[in-house]
Amino acid sequence: MRHVAVIDYGMGNLRSVSKALETVGGDDVSVKVTADPEKILAASHVVFPGVGAIRDCITELKRLQLDHVIREVANSKPLLGICLGMQALLSHSEENEGQDALNIIAGNVRHFDIKPADNGKHLKVPHMGWNEVHQTSPHTLWKDIEQDSRFYFVHSYFVDPADDAVTAATTAYPDNFTSAILKDNVFAVQFHPEKSQHVGLQLLKNFLNWDGQS
Amino acid sequence: MGLAKRIIPCLDVDDGRVVKGVQFVNIRDAGDPVEVAKRYDQQGADEITFLDITATHHDRDTIIHVVEAVASQVFIPLTVGGGIRSLEDIRRMLNAGADKVGINSAAVARPEFVYEAAQKFGSQCIVVAIDAKRVSTEDEATPRWEIFTHGGRKGTGIDAIEWAKKMVDLGAGELLLTSMDRDGTKSGFDLELTRAVSDAVSVPVIASGGVGNLQDLTDGVKLGRADAVLAASIFHFGEHTVQEAKQQMASQGIEVRL
Repeated sequence: MRHVAVIDYGMGNLRSVSKALETVGGDDVSVKVTADPEKILAASHVVFPGVGAIRDCITELKRLQLDHVIREVANSKPLLGICLGMQALLSHSEENEGQDALNIIAGNVRHFDIKPADNGKHLKVPHMGWNEVHQTSPHTLWKDIEQDSRFYFVHSYFVDPADDAVTAATTAYPDNFTSAILKDNVFAVQFHPEKSQHVGLQLLKNFLNWDGQS
Repeated sequence: MGLAKRIIPCLDVDDGRVVKGVQFVNIRDAGDPVEVAKRYDQQGADEITFLDITATHHDRDTIIHVVEAVASQVFIPLTVGGGIRSLEDIRRMLNAGADKVGINSAAVARPEFVYEAAQKFGSQCIVVAIDAKRVSTEDEATPRWEIFTHGGRKGTGIDAIEWAKKMVDLGAGELLLTSMDRDGTKSGFDLELTRAVSDAVSVPVIASGGVGNLQDLTDGVKLGRADAVLAASIFHFGEHTVQEAKQQMASQGIEVRL
């Protein structure tokens, strides 16, 4: 039996994440949506989701004293950051006139460049919809997911890790950005697996089957 | 290759039931929003939009249950519009499993509501629905469109392009643009309107109103420069599947998720 904790800090649609995890986990998995540090630290797998703005996110995490909990999880067991949950793992974000984040992965979170291109067309931001995720190398987390499968994105900021080696996938919009990060037992994705139909559910399944080591 | 253009089936829901006639072969109950949403999901819909047309306020809770039930079984983005008037309305929809909410008349009544909603929940989940009608006369060189409310019956005097820009400035993350001239006519999108709005703003624009055949969807993207296309009846009556629509778009060089 695997126990999954979905961190609840009041930001966004946690129901979809927990339902998707329950769907792929079946009877082998119990899913708890919780802000309780004890329950989070007792889980076998932790999911750190989030939508909204980074300042509110960091403020709420600190208020609930979950920043320390996430750091501890990042050192000990499989952790999946999703969207804002991914961005919060970086050192600093440009959003909200600049905000320090959890600094678990060194690097910055940057806004898409919305200046019109030479042809006068501007880039539509948020980057919203189904885009291709290019896996940089084979990994058990990508099991049964075809190279360049489309996942659902909705975001205006993207992560720019200091160390390229942590990039597990890239996506073009129009330039390549890091759409997945893998560092030891920490996996984080910019897209929403819980909203990406079959490929998304497969990714969540792979995460639940992951021991955080291989 | 890059971001795919999206096809979004729209379901009108009245008191928890899909209305405007949805017919599928081999579907037990074509009025059940969960069954209909599952069917569109299987066909490859990129998102699903629910428009709550429930007339009375106290029956609004039913749409919450619909969203909860769909979000438990369908793992693609869901948008809910209709009757969204307060931050609490938005919170309840998001907690039920919606990813985005559509705001229409509440934005016309008080534009700052869009700002407050975007500040609170993030622009990514705030879709402003714009109902526009052509008001320029034949001899005007450049077309003009105006915002209409009450299902297209009531003019506001607000220019549609200016309104679209203002909504984006206030924090709208996406625009759902409906031509009230074309809605229900099956004569295709108002492509001039779609292009004018899409070129004027930096957020994605969903074209809506008037789809009568698959070519209309392709035209919405190619000629209207829409980022997504929304349609109801061509999918509801089993005339076409979402899959067919995508294949048709792909055959004309549009990038889609197949």
